[in-house]
Amino acid sequence: MFEIAKLELLIAFRNLWVAIAVILMALFTVVLTIAGSAPTGELNIDPIIVATSSITTLSVYFVPLLALLLSFDAIAGEAERGTLALSLTYPLSRAGILFGKFLAQIILLSLAIGFSLFLTALIVFFLNIGQEINYFLLLRLFFSAILLGASFLGLGYMVSALVRQPGVAAGLAITIWLIFVVLYDIGLLGALVADRGGFFTQNIFPLLLVANPADAFRIVSLPDIASGFGSDISAADGGINNIWAFISLFLWPFFSLGLAWLVFRRIEP
Amino acid sequence: MNVLIIENISKEYRQIKAVDNVSLTLKAGERLALLGHNGAGKTSLIKIILGLVAPTSGTIRVLGKKPGAKKARLYSGYLPENVAFHGSLSAREQMHYFASLKSVDKREADKILERVGLAKAMDRRIGTYSKGMRQRVGLAQALLGKPKLILLDEPTSGLDPISRHDFYDIIGELANNGTAVLISSHALTEMETKMDKIAIMAKGKLVANDSLENLRKKANLPIKINILANEKSVKEVAGFLNAKQVNGHRVELFCQKKDKIKTLGKISKMSGKISDIDISAASLEELYRFFSTPIEKQIKPDNREQNNV
Repeated sequence: MFEIAKLELLIAFRNLWVAIAVILMALFTVVLTIAGSAPTGELNIDPIIVATSSITTLSVYFVPLLALLLSFDAIAGEAERGTLALSLTYPLSRAGILFGKFLAQIILLSLAIGFSLFLTALIVFFLNIGQEINYFLLLRLFFSAILLGASFLGLGYMVSALVRQPGVAAGLAITIWLIFVVLYDIGLLGALVADRGGFFTQNIFPLLLVANPADAFRIVSLPDIASGFGSDISAADGGINNIWAFISLFLWPFFSLGLAWLVFRRIEP
Repeated sequence: MNVLIIENISKEYRQIKAVDNVSLTLKAGERLALLGHNGAGKTSLIKIILGLVAPTSGTIRVLGKKPGAKKARLYSGYLPENVAFHGSLSAREQMHYFASLKSVDKREADKILERVGLAKAMDRRIGTYSKGMRQRVGLAQALLGKPKLILLDEPTSGLDPISRHDFYDIIGELANNGTAVLISSHALTEMETKMDKIAIMAKGKLVANDSLENLRKKANLPIKINILANEKSVKEVAGFLNAKQVNGHRVELFCQKKDKIKTLGKISKMSGKISDIDISAASLEELYRFFSTPIEKQIKPDNREQNNV
């Protein structure tokens, strides 16, 4: 298990694509932090709130994408190269293979996210020396982004094991991204508009909102003062939504990895 | 000791019987060639032995265990038909990884890489290797951990003649040390002299499984005798032996094994008129064609027509 993680990290560190993704994420974060910090002095709010809000909104799109791009090839690629059959003849359980790959890729994601947020913290600190800054918001964003990434890593493995062709797996991964990150919210918005504050809005909508890891992440990470799609809605039932969102975000990685394992264990390479 | 015992194994994919009631055993130190057309069921059988694919019916024991059991995995080596290791790793890194999975010492892994001829190249990335070198990496990983059973699926495709020679040297060493070797292949001429037993699969069924000598007996294909005469004598020789004249100086005839000496005696009467003779028993290729053709369609191969002497 740890051997696989070690090997996967070795490959990843030599992979130009991974380096580009990490740099891109850091770059976006830095730009958002600097751009967001300009007006805060006049508004007199904690500059980290502005930064966290922008980075959360970015992360909702970027972290699932990065996770899916890392994971779609994990099993399909090996199946195509013929190394999957070989790996499975070694004394190593399928859960071990899956978890080894997960371990390596969650480390990569954590490094990418951690590096970006570290840069944010540095910039905010040096631009606002003397001002009180709530770094807890950044820490919360860091951990919830990792949970979000882990959820989508699992979905990526599931797709990868399901089709076993890298090209098809890539297509499906992008579809999953579109559904969870873009179409789901549009669908919910449409339903809200049609419902005009009826039963759906009161009872079903909050559940559907936290059921999606991307939305749950938004609810958990966005600072309360900041406005956003998730917190606007959650204003209705306040903190309760927050707790459910956290529980959903925490359970999603287990759920998606479990699904991936169920598909992977049935494979006859 | 039987390293591998296969009893009445079948594997069905929807309507197709990929493996149909196959039974065979493999002893320690035995080298078995598994022959068959594409789609004859060789790879399916190998995957069943490895525990990668579950058979529909039948039992298998690998080193006394079920396929895929930890002990079976620890002491089996496998080289898949098409395997491409990650190009950004060096052969040494890739081997150390596999070695750690089998709890094999890393120095042992390096030694195996040297043995397969990658001593100088093992720190280069596999992406820069030739096809033959990649195949050597594949062979090297199959040799890790002193396997008691080694399964090689089309191992010599892409190897040049010298590499093939090295390859069979290594296989010979392994067998001498008690490893049971199963090689699936199309390369019939190589197998003829290098293997102890020949198994032939056709449409999922095991149609032959014996030593080359016994297969020849069973098939009872005639022996081919090539006689070299000269332009003047060739007609006379062909007439006397009641044989076929192939061209201006060569005569060809067939006889059963039991008639071999009698036929040779008759040929020797023409000793003044012929310059050379060449006797060949049925080749593996001919045996393969004989056994892999369904019985109702089975005819003696064209070039082995029976001629009465």
